[in-house]
Amino acid sequence: MASGNRSQTAQGLTLITPPFAYAVLVLAAPLLTILAYSFFKDGYLTVIREFTLENYSTVWADPIFHRIMLRSLVVAALVTLVTVVLAFPVAYFLSFVVAPQRKSMWLFLITIPFWTSYLIRVFLWKVILGYNGVINSGLKTLGIIEQPLTFILYNVNSMVITLAHAYAPFAILPIFIALEKIDRSLLEAGRDLGESRAMTFWRVTLPLAMPGVVAASLIVFIPTIGDYVTPALIGGGKIPMIANMIQAQMLDLDNRPLGSALAVTAMLIVALISLIFLALNWRFLKVRQ
Amino acid sequence: MKGRGLRAYALIYLLFLYAPILLLPIFAFNSGTVIAFPLRGITTEWFAQMWGNASLRRALFNSLTIAVSSSVLATCLGIFAARASTRFEFPGKGPIMGLIMLPLVLPEIIVSISLLVVLLSLGVKLSVLTVIIGHTLICMPYATVILSTAFNSLDRSLEEAAYDLGETRWSAFRLVILPLVMPGIISSLLMSFTISLDEFIIAFFLAGNEPTLPTYIFSQLRFPKQIPAIMALGTVLVLLSVVLLTIAEYFRRRGIARTGAKDTGGFL
Repeated sequence: MASGNRSQTAQGLTLITPPFAYAVLVLAAPLLTILAYSFFKDGYLTVIREFTLENYSTVWADPIFHRIMLRSLVVAALVTLVTVVLAFPVAYFLSFVVAPQRKSMWLFLITIPFWTSYLIRVFLWKVILGYNGVINSGLKTLGIIEQPLTFILYNVNSMVITLAHAYAPFAILPIFIALEKIDRSLLEAGRDLGESRAMTFWRVTLPLAMPGVVAASLIVFIPTIGDYVTPALIGGGKIPMIANMIQAQMLDLDNRPLGSALAVTAMLIVALISLIFLALNWRFLKVRQ
Repeated sequence: MKGRGLRAYALIYLLFLYAPILLLPIFAFNSGTVIAFPLRGITTEWFAQMWGNASLRRALFNSLTIAVSSSVLATCLGIFAARASTRFEFPGKGPIMGLIMLPLVLPEIIVSISLLVVLLSLGVKLSVLTVIIGHTLICMPYATVILSTAFNSLDRSLEEAAYDLGETRWSAFRLVILPLVMPGIISSLLMSFTISLDEFIIAFFLAGNEPTLPTYIFSQLRFPKQIPAIMALGTVLVLLSVVLLTIAEYFRRRGIARTGAKDTGGFL
């Protein structure tokens, strides 16, 4: 059997080689290049291959970077909070109320908007929320308001609404999967032992669903913070987030080492926050194993 | 009684999810040039304008080329990854699969910027081909997930029976496994096609001067006069995506039914 195992290992490695090689060439190598660039000097239009930490000190000292990074973090955190809180009842409904044979139908309905042109969906929110947008012009036509509502205009609020809409299915699916895994007899046990329905939810369902909530939070938070389209379209370019800053530094200003340092710093911050978030929720995640 | 409030909430939530998409056709057929209420009248002028537009046709051709190529490439790579991860154990499996799935969580701006920097420093000319390279990378994890479900629900004894009946490893794969996972392959192709067709960031950075549908749309959004035509284009694109996804979902379910597994629902 030992030789059988070895040939199994060899077969597995042979099979995995093409996709792995592709990921190494097209993903890992470029990421390492960015990392290397962040330690190089910028000579105008070229990159001088000399080790320096200057890019990082420039990034850390830059008040604009602080503002934009903070804004990105706040927007991403708000979007995560809104999506997860709004998504939880839907996931709960899907798992506990919907009949088993109709679940995939519901999941399909929820995922469809996610797969339809991101760009157009973002632009439509601008149309909906704008000064003469659907909400304002609709409310004016109905005579409910005289002046357009300003709190939804081209600002952080409208970015949060747009992004929360864009990433909604990302939040529902992990929570749904976690809820599906809960052994229903535990809930009955909770009720039998005299807990009220609310307390059973609070002490049994919610802790068991936490791995899904944690996964959902990270899956929403990480891509949101790197979103490029929404600040460019909704914010009208006036309230950039970190992705827009990286793009400007890399391409418009053509300072690749500084842009790379910016990208690496942003990734490190996001990774650090994600790790802290995981550590805070560790007791919930441990229960599963 | 149970869950009536939850059901109402879920329906409102669905409405919120679909709100922008539902507005799209309304404005695509509205004869007013400004996207606002009250509506003016019904027109198909914007659709006609769309057909007559040469740069749009070029963008469409580019997008289709990219989407077909990258969906085929990503699905081929996905077949390898899914087969390896569901059937075999090998050292470093976790990290290797982690790297392959990484594009799912990595912000696209990081993927595209780092790829762009490498391509430029290698002196590669940006074109449709470079977009295909990027799209294959981001479609690969989705293809791998869909195909893993297909491979996972395979009964291994079918394969062993084929060996016992004298088939070689390759002929057993071709005659037994491939037909069983075919619905998964079709589903993965359609899914990757849809993702590539809609993808903006990578196309924006890696396409050079070649337009794709999303970058064309992005360039037109600055001109208020062009917006109604973009709404018409968006309507067509959304319809196309919904049709493709419905077919993909049909095949995914058929694949699960064919191998006799239980449907766990959802793509992700």
